Amino acid sequence: MSGRTGFREVNQVRRRVDGIGLVTGRALFTDDYNLPGMLSAKVLRSPHPHARIVSIDPSAARALPGVRAVLTWKDVPRVIITEAGQGCPEPSPYDKFILDNKVRFVGDEVAVVAADTTEIAEKALGMIAVEYEQLPPIFDPRDSMKPGAPVIHDEPEWRIPIPVEMDPKKNMCGRADVTIGDMEKGFAEADVVLEHEYENHYAQHVANEPHTSICYLDPDNRLVVITSTQVPFHARRIVARALDIPVKRVRVIKPRVGGGFGSKQDIVTEPLCAALALATGRPVRLQLTREEVFTASRTRHHCITALKTGIRKDGTLTAIEMNVLQNAGPYGTHGLTVLTNTGSKVLPLFRCDNIRFNAWSVYTNLSQGGAYRGYGGTQSALAVNIQMDEMARAIGMDLPDLFRKLHIRKGEGSPVFAALGEGAEGHAMTINSCGMAECIDIVAREIGWAAKRGRPGKGKTRRGVGMAIMMQGSSITKIDMASCSIKMNDDGSFNLLCGATDIGTGSDTMMAKIAAEVLGVKTSDVIVYSSDTDLTPFDVGAYASSTTYLSGMAAKRCAEEVAARIRSVAAEVLEEPAEGIRLEGGKAVGAKGEAALSRIALRTLYEKDQQQIAAFASAFSDQSPPPFAAHAVEVEVDTETGKVRVVKYVTATDCGVAINPLLAEGQVEGALLNGISYALSERYIYNERGRMLNPSFGVYGVWFIRDLPEIRTFLVPTYEPTGPFGAKSIAEVNINGPMPAISNAVFDAVGIRLRKPPFTPEAVFTALNSR
Amino acid sequence: MLKVIFSVNGKRISVETAPTTTLLDILRDGMGLTGTKEGCGKGECGACTVLMDGKPVTSCLVIAAQLEGRRIVTVEGLAGDRIGKALQDAFVEAGAVQCGYCIPGFLMSARALLEENPDPTLREIKEGLSGNICRCTGYVKIFDAVLLAARRLRA
Repeated sequence: MSGRTGFREVNQVRRRVDGIGLVTGRALFTDDYNLPGMLSAKVLRSPHPHARIVSIDPSAARALPGVRAVLTWKDVPRVIITEAGQGCPEPSPYDKFILDNKVRFVGDEVAVVAADTTEIAEKALGMIAVEYEQLPPIFDPRDSMKPGAPVIHDEPEWRIPIPVEMDPKKNMCGRADVTIGDMEKGFAEADVVLEHEYENHYAQHVANEPHTSICYLDPDNRLVVITSTQVPFHARRIVARALDIPVKRVRVIKPRVGGGFGSKQDIVTEPLCAALALATGRPVRLQLTREEVFTASRTRHHCITALKTGIRKDGTLTAIEMNVLQNAGPYGTHGLTVLTNTGSKVLPLFRCDNIRFNAWSVYTNLSQGGAYRGYGGTQSALAVNIQMDEMARAIGMDLPDLFRKLHIRKGEGSPVFAALGEGAEGHAMTINSCGMAECIDIVAREIGWAAKRGRPGKGKTRRGVGMAIMMQGSSITKIDMASCSIKMNDDGSFNLLCGATDIGTGSDTMMAKIAAEVLGVKTSDVIVYSSDTDLTPFDVGAYASSTTYLSGMAAKRCAEEVAARIRSVAAEVLEEPAEGIRLEGGKAVGAKGEAALSRIALRTLYEKDQQQIAAFASAFSDQSPPPFAAHAVEVEVDTETGKVRVVKYVTATDCGVAINPLLAEGQVEGALLNGISYALSERYIYNERGRMLNPSFGVYGVWFIRDLPEIRTFLVPTYEPTGPFGAKSIAEVNINGPMPAISNAVFDAVGIRLRKPPFTPEAVFTALNSR
Repeated sequence: MLKVIFSVNGKRISVETAPTTTLLDILRDGMGLTGTKEGCGKGECGACTVLMDGKPVTSCLVIAAQLEGRRIVTVEGLAGDRIGKALQDAFVEAGAVQCGYCIPGFLMSARALLEENPDPTLREIKEGLSGNICRCTGYVKIFDAVLLAARRLRA
């Protein structure tokens, strides 16, 4: 089965393989493991945005009955690491010790306690005597590189393990400067040149499950880490490094994970929890409170994007120049790669010969940036899509027509692919599948674009429609690797072991469906076990929209090898050539006869030429085929209060062949709602000392059900020839649209141009009244 | 210490604990009923929703002193119940489950809704589930699941 149609399992609606465990409450998340004698851990956090620890005395806390360990920077290995859960060597600076004698944001780790109960651990935190020497903080990334600015990373151990431009003395932790074509010529050829600044805000992922780890020593004194992670294998490597123990002494188990969206791509709780397990010899649980998730895990990078474009009256884009200042926060996790993706996940979408991407990532003493669904693409999609709306209006062209003219097409490449990769140069790529034209048509039709655009109505509330287009990738080209193994059981069922990391995405189901398709069995005949570093083969984990494309490809190859072995045994059984034997309906079917897979399995296990039918396979790609999407939204703006109400939102997404259509739609709708909530209400409010003031669901601004608009979701089928059964990724792309689409719709309604989300009633009211 | 007697999933339970111990902690730590999840500890997210005398409550905000004589139902008690089972099946079939962390809470709210209103409109479903937050699904498939379960239960 490698054709484009006639799928038996792939692209069909199937129940997810882990569904029953989840709806009965029997599936175990990290915090559901209750080990005998387990201690509770709590972290003492910095009240200051930037300070040196002059002295720290844990003796009173250690003397408290029930306290089993108190660790400060003096008690842990002084090994510099990055907590970014990326490939090796990481493209993020090594700028963190698991505990240090300097703190760099409000919420930074100062000490950690393990005690018999959470209450005792909390009490002990208050008994640790710390004397701080406060240092001047930086709260505005525009100040970070100014001469004389405080140096946030003055530790001599600081280093970047790959050859890229960074300079901690200037608070600079990421740089990209790429020019394609001739900018001067490009702008000279334009009829209209626009230049504006756009600024997206901090955001938290707010996965429902807080970051949680449980660590213990097994009977062989190996460290077992059960953890809510997107990256079990990176977690193993980084925990080993941070604690200065061999990788072989660490086993990471990913149980059920309650969502990640990027926040669990970093090694946030594991090293401290592991250090306590090593110190006490007992099982230790460290779970962040919801407040800590907001204040001390990861955020979307706050980013200031100055965008200048030139266009001709016929809609030809002659030049595009993007200058980006990214606020990395106190540690540089993903600072460089989110920065380069800010260019590489948007610029190739628009056909243009003259392109400049000039970008910096800088340290500040605010919240720590990290991976977040969209990974830079969200930041730049905001700027580019709003400026395209401004351009369309400037040249008198309808926005969908401008998008239709400019978007990249099947068979085309973009010089940006080769120029800009993951913190370094990228790889040339030609687009093999692109449903963008159809996506634009669908959303324009479904929102009623032609009838509604430019007709705001009269009176207190005005309506408008807006549009945005976007792309992402599918895995990190020539870096990411996924693998899996499959073995055959007595009854013709299969065990599939993989490192692919299901964090709620449905990847276990996706892997089962792909293997089942190849092996001619039901999805339920493939038993998936994922992400245990002792048992399952390697996979980089759940990020970069890689799983369906890359891990799915590993599943397909592995299943094909197993199928070949089954066919060769079947050839002996059926006494006909293997080449003519097909696997379908749980049987090997030849021209003359057929044999149940159980018969073949029993023969190989017990009867003749005994062997285990099994295989391993890996996947790795020199491509990262983008999924494409178009969004259209209708909003209603209350001109008296400034409230923006989303009336209806339509998305159309080209993810190639959807391996599991219901789950694919779920990915679209989840990303969309997160994006809308981010555009309209989610935000970090800091006080003048850098403390986040609103660390809870409601005050932060997560949307509740009552806020929901009408949502319509369309999948536009294409066939990606490099993907497993034609599949591309889907998880991230749709978070990139809501900010610009809603901003463009607000302009259509009331004629104000919002370039700095969130578009709260206050912001819209202020803009309406300052016209 | 306080001694309270109440029922969980039809079983009589006697617990001796501090009066302020939360129902969530009693269920998870005391009884090993880990299907009920904690997402915020402040009653905001609804992950810890259980039924108390048939009404959905956030168990992180219910304390031991309130439990005397109450009937508690958790997600572990749903499968033996016609409405609960229909909801569980519908959630899986409609694609309403992604990470699943919020799902036990949604199921309990939906269970209470369908008991009271066997034929809810979309608006009534939104109302009935308004105390639960899901960050994965965008809610669309969750509404579909409740509609599907309601339709099957009426048939």
